[in-house]
Amino acid sequence: MSGLLVSAAESAGRPRPGLLRRLPRSGVAMVGLALVLFWVVLALLAPVLPLADPNAQDYLAMAHPGSSAKHWLGVDPLGRDMLSRLIWGGRTVLAVAPTAVLAAYAAGIAMGLLAGYYRGWVDVAISRISDVILSFPVVVLYVILIANIGPSALNIVVAVVLASAPGIARIVRGLTLSLIHQEFVAAAYLRRETDLFVMLIEVLPNCRAPLITDFCLRLGYTTITIGTLGFLGLGLPPPAPDWGGMVKQATSMITVFPHMALYPAIAIVTLILGFNLLADGLTELSQAD
Amino acid sequence: MTLLAIRDLRVEYTTVRGTVAAIPELSLEIGAGEAFGLVGESGCGKSTLIMAIMGYLGRNGAVARGQILFEGRDLVTTDSETLRRLRGGRIAIVYQEPATALNPSMTIGRQLMEVPRAHGVRAPAEARERAARALADVHLPDPESVMRRYPHQLSGGQKQRVVIAMALLANPALLLLDEPTTGLDVTVEAVVLDLLNELRQKYGTALFYISHNLGVIAQVCERIGVMYAGRLVEEAPAAALFARPRHPYTRGLLASLPRPGADKRSAPLVPIPGVVPGAGGAPESCGFVTRCAHARPGICDLRPVPMLAAAPGHGVRCARWAELPAPPPVAAPSLTNRPVLGDGTVVMAAHDLSRVFPMGKRQLVANDRLEMEAQRGHVLALVGESGSGKTTFAKVLAGLDVASGGSLRVLDADVARRPVRRRGAAEVAAVQMVFQNPDGTLNPSHPVGWPLARSLRKFGIARGRRDIEARVAGLLEMVRLPPSVRHALPRQLSGGQKQRIAIARAFAGNPQLLIADEPVSALDVSVQAAVINLLLRIQAEHQTTLVFISHDLGLVRYIADEVVVMYLGQVMESGPVAALFDPPYHPYTEALLSAVPVPDPTIRSARIRLAGEIPSPLNVPKGCRFATRCPRKLGPMCDETPPPRRAAGPGHRIHCHIPLDDLRMVEPVFRGAS
Repeated sequence: MSGLLVSAAESAGRPRPGLLRRLPRSGVAMVGLALVLFWVVLALLAPVLPLADPNAQDYLAMAHPGSSAKHWLGVDPLGRDMLSRLIWGGRTVLAVAPTAVLAAYAAGIAMGLLAGYYRGWVDVAISRISDVILSFPVVVLYVILIANIGPSALNIVVAVVLASAPGIARIVRGLTLSLIHQEFVAAAYLRRETDLFVMLIEVLPNCRAPLITDFCLRLGYTTITIGTLGFLGLGLPPPAPDWGGMVKQATSMITVFPHMALYPAIAIVTLILGFNLLADGLTELSQAD
Repeated sequence: MTLLAIRDLRVEYTTVRGTVAAIPELSLEIGAGEAFGLVGESGCGKSTLIMAIMGYLGRNGAVARGQILFEGRDLVTTDSETLRRLRGGRIAIVYQEPATALNPSMTIGRQLMEVPRAHGVRAPAEARERAARALADVHLPDPESVMRRYPHQLSGGQKQRVVIAMALLANPALLLLDEPTTGLDVTVEAVVLDLLNELRQKYGTALFYISHNLGVIAQVCERIGVMYAGRLVEEAPAAALFARPRHPYTRGLLASLPRPGADKRSAPLVPIPGVVPGAGGAPESCGFVTRCAHARPGICDLRPVPMLAAAPGHGVRCARWAELPAPPPVAAPSLTNRPVLGDGTVVMAAHDLSRVFPMGKRQLVANDRLEMEAQRGHVLALVGESGSGKTTFAKVLAGLDVASGGSLRVLDADVARRPVRRRGAAEVAAVQMVFQNPDGTLNPSHPVGWPLARSLRKFGIARGRRDIEARVAGLLEMVRLPPSVRHALPRQLSGGQKQRIAIARAFAGNPQLLIADEPVSALDVSVQAAVINLLLRIQAEHQTTLVFISHDLGLVRYIADEVVVMYLGQVMESGPVAALFDPPYHPYTEALLSAVPVPDPTIRSARIRLAGEIPSPLNVPKGCRFATRCPRKLGPMCDETPPPRRAAGPGHRIHCHIPLDDLRMVEPVFRGAS
């Protein structure tokens, strides 16, 4: 008898580390994390780095917009320093994307929990509204929204919440539907827990693993969205640096000065790749159990 | 003549943590036409052995050493083409889950016809005829109609019979059976076991029967091997094994099962301490040494023990088998002389209680006018096949569901129409529940001490951190777990430990009434006894009323004071346990008792078998619910008129048209040993 008890007591002291703490075990995830951290660190350091003002125009450099000692990555069609604009632009992407996704998660989780927990007309209402939103092509939805409410960081967040929340709600609803039939939920009712407690404390923590992965993927999608909106002229209003907008400005000169479109494009690709690899790594880790 | 000979087999799996020997070393032989049973708990390597024989070990598994000789040919080295022809031809297999063995998108007929066609029968007409004959062999009524159906149109028992028919189509020399009746009701299980015995007589097929259930093995097999931690620890003819088990593990397994006729006061169950080690987790010496009460350092923990001959044909892998004391004789059962516990207060009384689920225009009658009561400190057992409405009643009682009609008094209030939300805190604390599935009973995201603390707080038993911590430790102590276990997450505990936590949680609010819905059916045999003993000890100490739901009549006889037999939402028979297990019986009780696989081949039970399966609760028979399957049906009266309730003795009621005097004439189900 004692053998069993000792082993249980021993293992009790050190619970298995959570998904995020096991991250170093996945090479893919670490590559993704490195890419993301690269941009995060640059964005954080932007105010202290010896960078040119991202909006200052250097008319002299416009004659030779390529790389130079003064402008390492050259200048854009308006003579603004590319490196500075890339780093400051990364700052907006990395501020807007997580904010938007977090807001979408708050809305999506609330919708999914309510729909999956209460079923009936609550579920019907939430699911049908979600279906309507999900039936729009995402880009069309964004264009309609931003064109109507005007381009700004806040409106990008609003648009991302509207477009992403239904997808998140669908995941949470499905998980909730299976979890509320588990016996531990019945046990919670047998100690008179409230509906809200069951939803938030009994059900939601068990949705963690799929949601963490989905969160990283959605950060990637949102980065694409912000780039696309910028490219369509619906991003941050000028002159704020915006990767998508930078690509757009450079398109007319892409054959002459390809670097003007290439650098912001590379920035977008590396950040998205980082988020996606991180998501792949997390999936791999959660399936390895 | 030897059909299958396994010599020095070692099977290893490659995992992230290195190589694990799921079967360190195993040898056994099966003769042509012999029925060999292999018993073992989960994780002892039974399924790995089957996979090794079939050559299905998968990418990370391999036979590291040894031979598997089938009809003189070594299956380990045979090329895949020959192996393919042997499988389904000379060797066939029946798995545990019939639902996944059949292709849901093909009719039964087409799937059966594939077998003869794969083995050389060209004419479709002949293949079809053989398929129909195979279905008739397994006693499926109307084979032609079964052939046209899809798997989802058959019940679990019918599907398993189709799978057996399919396995026997190619007339194999060896049939491997991996827990073929584990998911089935006892009544259906009994029919399948009879069928296997009959088909073996008819075709002379050798059976290699794998199960965790000693009772089932005792019913089918001539020779039995007991497997532990990937090794065969004992091997003997069935009669010798049950009469004189030599290995401490075999003895432990038998002692942890309720013997026929035994009860909780005359012959307590003796659990095996500890848990079954995972693959490769047992010591290389005697694998059982960590759990063995007879282990001696210097003898048992040094080197692997060879198979020693204890008697002709009786091998035992225990260094000390000759010195072991003889197991104590099973005490004579004395069901009638039981002391009466409790003060006779009625804690729970159901009267005319019904639960009906509207399903469109029709109604699903889950509980129909139930009558039962339970006294303080008593154990009331609910038995019946799945679909008899036991769990529905439990949910209504606990307040997880509401009744559609009738009354249900718990203590002094009627709770029939009041779910948990409309019951007061004291009423909720008074009725608690232990669930069936140890893996679902605890929230995987929270440490196991958390629900205990939460219950204490919600029921106002304890306030403040210190008080709660002390009480949680007290609850864990009550279920014999160390206080430090409260920080563990559920996945770090074994099934038995999880059920202990569930018991502690249920007792946190000092319940008057505890509902236990199949609390041990998902646990290993050696662990079951410990959990049952624990539950009974706490129940007796607290004078709690226990409503025990089970399909295992052996266990019910052991644990219960009163029994209610349910069928299709109605009570068929109810009464004190002593009265229920002797005539007069309700014919359904008699059939349930006959179906119990007794872990003792010397006990012959009367062979009453039920035809068909429990009808749909959407379409219940008009008269007696049991009339459609009753082996003692009197005539049209049974179909038309609901049966009267006859009082057969003090507190003993039988709902049947058959006069009591006729029911008293029925032979008792169990004869033999006791």
